[in-house]
Amino acid sequence: MMIDTAGFGTLSIILIMAAVTVLTRWGGIFLMSYIPINYRVQQFIAAMSGSVLVAIIVPMFVRGDMGAKAALLVTLFGTLLIKKPLIAITVGIFTAAFIRNI
Amino acid sequence: MDTNELKFEFLEVKAGFISLIPISLFVLVFGAAFGLAATQEGLNQSSTVLMSTLVFAGASQFAALELWGAQVPIVPLAITVFAINARHLLIGATLYPHIQHLKPAARYGAMLVASDANWAISMRAFTNNDTSKGLGLLLGGGLALWTFWIIGTWIGFYFGDAIKNPSTYGVDMVMGCFLLTMVLDGKKQSKTFVIWTGAAVASIVAYLYLPENTHIIVGALTGGVIGVLIGEKKNDD
Repeated sequence: MMIDTAGFGTLSIILIMAAVTVLTRWGGIFLMSYIPINYRVQQFIAAMSGSVLVAIIVPMFVRGDMGAKAALLVTLFGTLLIKKPLIAITVGIFTAAFIRNI
Repeated sequence: MDTNELKFEFLEVKAGFISLIPISLFVLVFGAAFGLAATQEGLNQSSTVLMSTLVFAGASQFAALELWGAQVPIVPLAITVFAINARHLLIGATLYPHIQHLKPAARYGAMLVASDANWAISMRAFTNNDTSKGLGLLLGGGLALWTFWIIGTWIGFYFGDAIKNPSTYGVDMVMGCFLLTMVLDGKKQSKTFVIWTGAAVASIVAYLYLPENTHIIVGALTGGVIGVLIGEKKNDD
């Protein structure tokens, strides 16, 4: 099914996108309210919360260009070695910008 | 804990808003890039700002532009938006134990502004048992990200040309690098690395072989399952 982007079409497309996104924002807490939070569920959630980040970052590294890879590596080692995350991020971003402009 | 009803404290929400302003400035730049990209696809200003206000999920909004034309295929659009934003389901599930004692309106209201950055930073506060700070970061930080995303989108119509290609300045890496520092923060056990390795491998496999945009949810659920499998058994469970 196609919706014309002329007239009210755009508005209805935006409303559909908004509805789908709200569904994802509310769905997690809605489903969890029916699941008894026992020890096992807590283990699952605790393991999952770090894994979400890993599953965002690792493919970003793999598919990224040299600039993206460098930014993440500099941030990684900078945070681990100097323990100053904000500085590590800043240097990482500058590294990406530098690599992409040479 | 179970008997107390939680609520948002104004000062904590304000502090959360302020804490997220630095990263929100980058969100502003991205918003402007989105505003510019939307004009190039022929969207008008009010529609674009409305989209950023109601949808507030950058990656899915950019993906929608890919499908934009005189007509938009609605089912592929809905599926794409759902797949990219499905990580919000996980965000909600991980937040639930910490926000379940909020009144339902407050709980569902706060989730409207739940996004990667304020989720990651509030989870850190919740893990340290600093519940009121975590709630402030979730809501206040979310409001900051949302506000700057909307303003950025609007700015894109006027100054978009200045940031036509934000990746030249490395701006596209800000969120990834920020989330990376969130992963590195906090206490870790040897089990944590097993879980993450599983999540990493599963996300790569999904990225290479499964439908587009499924890698986050596949990696995260794999990590969760591994966490249960290698976790200690508890008798009262």
